[in-house]
Amino acid sequence: MIRVVLPYHLRTLARVDGEVELDIEGQATQRAILDALEARYPMLRGTIRDHVTERRRPFLRFFACEEDLSHERPDAPLPDAVATGAEPFLVVGAMAGG
Amino acid sequence: MSGVRVLVGTRKGAFVLTSDGKRKHWDVSGPHFAGWEIYHLKGSPADQNRLYASQSSGWFGQIIQRSNDGGKTWDPVDNKFVYDGVPGTHQWYDGTPHPWEFKRVWHLEPSLSDPDTVYAGVEDAALFRSTDGGASWHELAGLRGHGSGSSWQPGAGGLGLHTILLDPKNDDRIFIAISAAGAFRSDDAGRTWRPINRGLKSEGIPSPTAEVGHCVHRIAMHRSRPDVLFMQKHWDVMRSDDAGESWHEVSGNLPTDFGFPIDVHAHEPETVYVVPIKSDSEHFPPDGKLRVYRSRTGGNEWEPLTKGLPQQDCYVNVLRDAMAVDSLESCGVYFGTTGGQVYASADAGDNWAPIVRDLPAVLSVEVQTLPPSRAQV
Repeated sequence: MIRVVLPYHLRTLARVDGEVELDIEGQATQRAILDALEARYPMLRGTIRDHVTERRRPFLRFFACEEDLSHERPDAPLPDAVATGAEPFLVVGAMAGG
Repeated sequence: MSGVRVLVGTRKGAFVLTSDGKRKHWDVSGPHFAGWEIYHLKGSPADQNRLYASQSSGWFGQIIQRSNDGGKTWDPVDNKFVYDGVPGTHQWYDGTPHPWEFKRVWHLEPSLSDPDTVYAGVEDAALFRSTDGGASWHELAGLRGHGSGSSWQPGAGGLGLHTILLDPKNDDRIFIAISAAGAFRSDDAGRTWRPINRGLKSEGIPSPTAEVGHCVHRIAMHRSRPDVLFMQKHWDVMRSDDAGESWHEVSGNLPTDFGFPIDVHAHEPETVYVVPIKSDSEHFPPDGKLRVYRSRTGGNEWEPLTKGLPQQDCYVNVLRDAMAVDSLESCGVYFGTTGGQVYASADAGDNWAPIVRDLPAVLSVEVQTLPPSRAQV
């Protein structure tokens, strides 16, 4: 079981409270998490990564285990603590004004 | 009694304002989608409970929301806007080629007859259509591909397709406008397009009378007379009597011919409204006086409408999609400001009063005239 923490506006859009828990077959990677997340919550498609290129949207970051994983490859294995659910995978919006 | 539903898009959410036919007392619902930019929301003329909203954010991109109950509840539908084929380039502000990139939906125009068909005008400029209630979107690529697309340049607010007019007498005819490319018309339901900018003159482009490159801010028509079009251009208020084949200026005695919105009285095809704004770049009312100008002669002769509007120290703007009219017997006129006020007149502009004063900056205002059973939500 993998735990995902979404930013406030995406929780509202997906109508979820608190963390999202996902079961993923195979290796835990950014791509596997986002594939599972978008499959369960189709309204999140395009909001975290581009529909076509699948690149992370520029004002979002991926953190876990007190590390910035934003620039890791989508298919790179995530830390064991994320894969086991000990630590959440954080989708974080940039601290920008507006 | 009949009523009205005013749909307001703002920088930080959507609001639905409802009233009966007297238009004196209002219920305010919202913010819907709080914190998101709502560039536009509009109801289907064929089903007044079917609404579409464009919700976007710099963080999370584009969402399209749909309501089937007049705005009480909403559900997100498809948000995948992918240009047809290889998008190519348009011009950047400095004239260099720039790749076409989808940024947001500026305007949603539901079909006049089918609630599930809706058009979306987007930035970078293109026209999309859904025929399944927003479950999927497909570009009408003949617009960008007709030949001049590679020469289009963005206006200050971006390369946005902001105006979509569907001809009520000819299902195949669609008018659109793009900042800063100009106006275009299709006579085959969006398959092919051509520019309709003859008569426009814009000093800010290399050839002032070029076929494309004009910063058209808004076009309006009266549904009984779709061949007569009124345009608020960056500078100049223009009129066409031949479906855009040619245009002539009708700015007349306006204090400034710059502005954004333009609209036509619901029952008087020669009565037109604009909001003159000072420019370059100030973009607030001249002399700090917020005045709607009305022409009852189809242009050229304009009268200021000021009763109930601030006549000193007012420095707001009224954006291109932020004016609308209802179709009650005494035509109502509505507009929203970047200061968060939504003003209404229940007597065609003679007297004004704010419905709300302190919303986030208003991006768009649309009005639905409701039959008696739906007047109160």
